[in-house]
Amino acid sequence: MARVTLEIVDHVARLAHLSLTPEERALFARQLDQIVAYAESIQQIDTEAVEPMVYALAAGSLREDEPRPGLERERVLEAAPDAADGLFRVPRVIAG
Amino acid sequence: MTALWRLGAAEISRAVAARDLSAREVARAHLDRLAAVDPKLDAFLAVLGERALERAERLDETLAAGEPAPPLAGVPVAVKDVLDMEGLPTTCGSRILEGYRPPFTATAVARLEAAGAIVLGKTNMDEFAMGSSTENSAFKRTRNPWDLACVPGGSSGGSAAAVAAGAAPIALGTDTGGSVRQPAALCGIVGLKPTYGRVSRYGLVAFASSLDQVGAFARSVEDVAVVASTIFGHDPRDATSAPEPVPDFRKALEEGIAGLRVGVPWSFLERGVDEGVGAGFRGAVAVLERTGAAVREVMLPHLPHAIASYYIVATAEASSNLARYDGVRYGLRARRAGGLAAMYGESRDLGFGAEVKRRIILGTFVLSSGYYDAYYLRAQKVRSLIRRDFEEAFRACDVIAMPTTPSPAFRLGEKIEDPLQMYLQDIFTVPANLAGLPAISIPSGFVGGLPVGLQLIGRPYDEAGILRMGHAYQAETAHHQQRPPV
Repeated sequence: MARVTLEIVDHVARLAHLSLTPEERALFARQLDQIVAYAESIQQIDTEAVEPMVYALAAGSLREDEPRPGLERERVLEAAPDAADGLFRVPRVIAG
Repeated sequence: MTALWRLGAAEISRAVAARDLSAREVARAHLDRLAAVDPKLDAFLAVLGERALERAERLDETLAAGEPAPPLAGVPVAVKDVLDMEGLPTTCGSRILEGYRPPFTATAVARLEAAGAIVLGKTNMDEFAMGSSTENSAFKRTRNPWDLACVPGGSSGGSAAAVAAGAAPIALGTDTGGSVRQPAALCGIVGLKPTYGRVSRYGLVAFASSLDQVGAFARSVEDVAVVASTIFGHDPRDATSAPEPVPDFRKALEEGIAGLRVGVPWSFLERGVDEGVGAGFRGAVAVLERTGAAVREVMLPHLPHAIASYYIVATAEASSNLARYDGVRYGLRARRAGGLAAMYGESRDLGFGAEVKRRIILGTFVLSSGYYDAYYLRAQKVRSLIRRDFEEAFRACDVIAMPTTPSPAFRLGEKIEDPLQMYLQDIFTVPANLAGLPAISIPSGFVGGLPVGLQLIGRPYDEAGILRMGHAYQAETAHHQQRPPV
C-alpha cells in the first residue's frame, strides 16, 4: 500500500509548481496519507477486463475540430498581470 | 398582498408578461430582500443592483411596446461566481483570479438573460467549487438560512442560501460531485444536476471537465423545469455539448407518474445514513408509491467505491485544469519572485487556498509516474463499473431514489479540519456525476429542524422522468413550502 511521505509531497509539489510552507507540507502529508489509505479499497476490485471510462458520454460524439476565430488579442491581454508589445511579459528566463 | 420576493419564477414571469407587475418592481423587491438577509447569510460576492434595475427597465419598455414576453420575463436570478459574465469580475471564490474580468459570457447565463431573466449578483462558493460547505471560499463563509450556525452545503452554497432565503427565486450553480444537489438538500430547496453535456460549459471555469455540469436551483420543481428548458441545448462552443433535443419540461410535468418504476438500492443504504435521514427517506418512498410509482429494489454493487473513484478522477483533472493559473495570462502574480519558476510557485502559493492545494497535490500524485496505473487508471475502470451498475439497474426501473446526503447540515468549522470526513458527505451524490446521469434533490422533510433532500436519478437525457416524479412528490407534500426563519 502506498504511503504519502514528506518526500512524496515535496516531489509532487515541485511537479505542480506549488511552493508549500513547512506547515502545509506536514499537514498535507498526513491528510493525503489518510485519503490514499481510504482509496485503497479500489485495489481489491477485479478490473481485469474493464475499459477505463474517460468521458461521461458516448465516444465519437465530439465535434469536428475545425479552426475558427478566437478571442481578440487586445481583449485577452487586458486581463494579463503584465503585457507589452502584444505579448505576455514574464520574468527574465535567460540571464544576460 | 404576498411580498414579491415570495413569488416563484413561473408566477413572476406570468405576472410580468401580463404586465400586472413590472420587471423593475420585481427586481427592486428582490434587491431589498437581498440587502435585508445577506448581512446574516453572506451568500453574495457581488451585487449587480444598478445593472439589474437597468435591464429590468429595458424589459418593461419592450413589453410596453407590445413585444412578446420571453419565458423568464423579469425573473431575478443569482449566479454562482464560477460562471463568466463579460466585463464583470469572476473570482471562483479564489484570490488567484484577483482583477480578472472575462471577455465573454457563459452560455448558461447568456441564455437566461436572453429569456428575460435579471441577474442580481454573483454568489459565494468553495474555491474553484472544491468543497461541501462553502467554507473554502477565500472571501466569506456563507451561512444556512435555517440555522446561521450551520453551513449551507457546497460548493454552490451561496446560490442555495440565496434561493432558500428569497433573495432570488432561481439560481445557477455547478455540480461536479454534488455541488448543486447537496446545498439544495441542506437549504430545503430543489436542485437539478443535468445529464453531462446537457448544458454548455462554455464560460464555466473548469474544475474536473469530465464531471462538471451547470445546474439550477429553485423552490419548486416547476421553476427548475422552466430554467432547464431555457439553459439546456447544444452549443458549438463546448465540444462536449450534447445535440439531443430539449423537451418543454413544464409540459412534461403534467404527464404524472402512473406506471413509472422507482428503484431503491436498499442494501447500499443500510449503513452510513443518519437515523432521521433514513426514516425520512423511507417515508418519501412511500409517498412516491402512493402517487402511482412502482417501487422495487435495485443493486448498485460498486457504489461503496464511488468516493474513492471520484476523488481520484476529480483531483487528477483538477491538477491539470488548474495548471493554467501561473501568474502569466490572468489573475494574481507574485511580484517579489526572482525567476520564472519562482514566480509560478509563489503566485500559486499566494493565490490558492488549502483545499485547492491539497487537491492539486493529490491529483498530481495519482497521475505521477509509478502511481498512475494503481490509482488514476484503476479509478477510471471503477468508474466504468459504476456506470455499468446504473445501466443494469435501469433495466428494472425508470428512476433511482436515494437520500441526497447522509445527514442534515453540519456546523461551521465541524468538518473543515478533516478533509476525508468532508469528502464522505458526497457518498450519495458523486455516483451520478461519475456515470454522467441527471439527478435532482427535492425537499423531503426535516431532521432536528434542518431540511434534508430526496434524490432522484434518471437515465441519460431523461430529465423529464425525474422532474415528473419530483413534481408528483411535491404535489403530495408541503416540505418545499416551508420557509426558513431568516
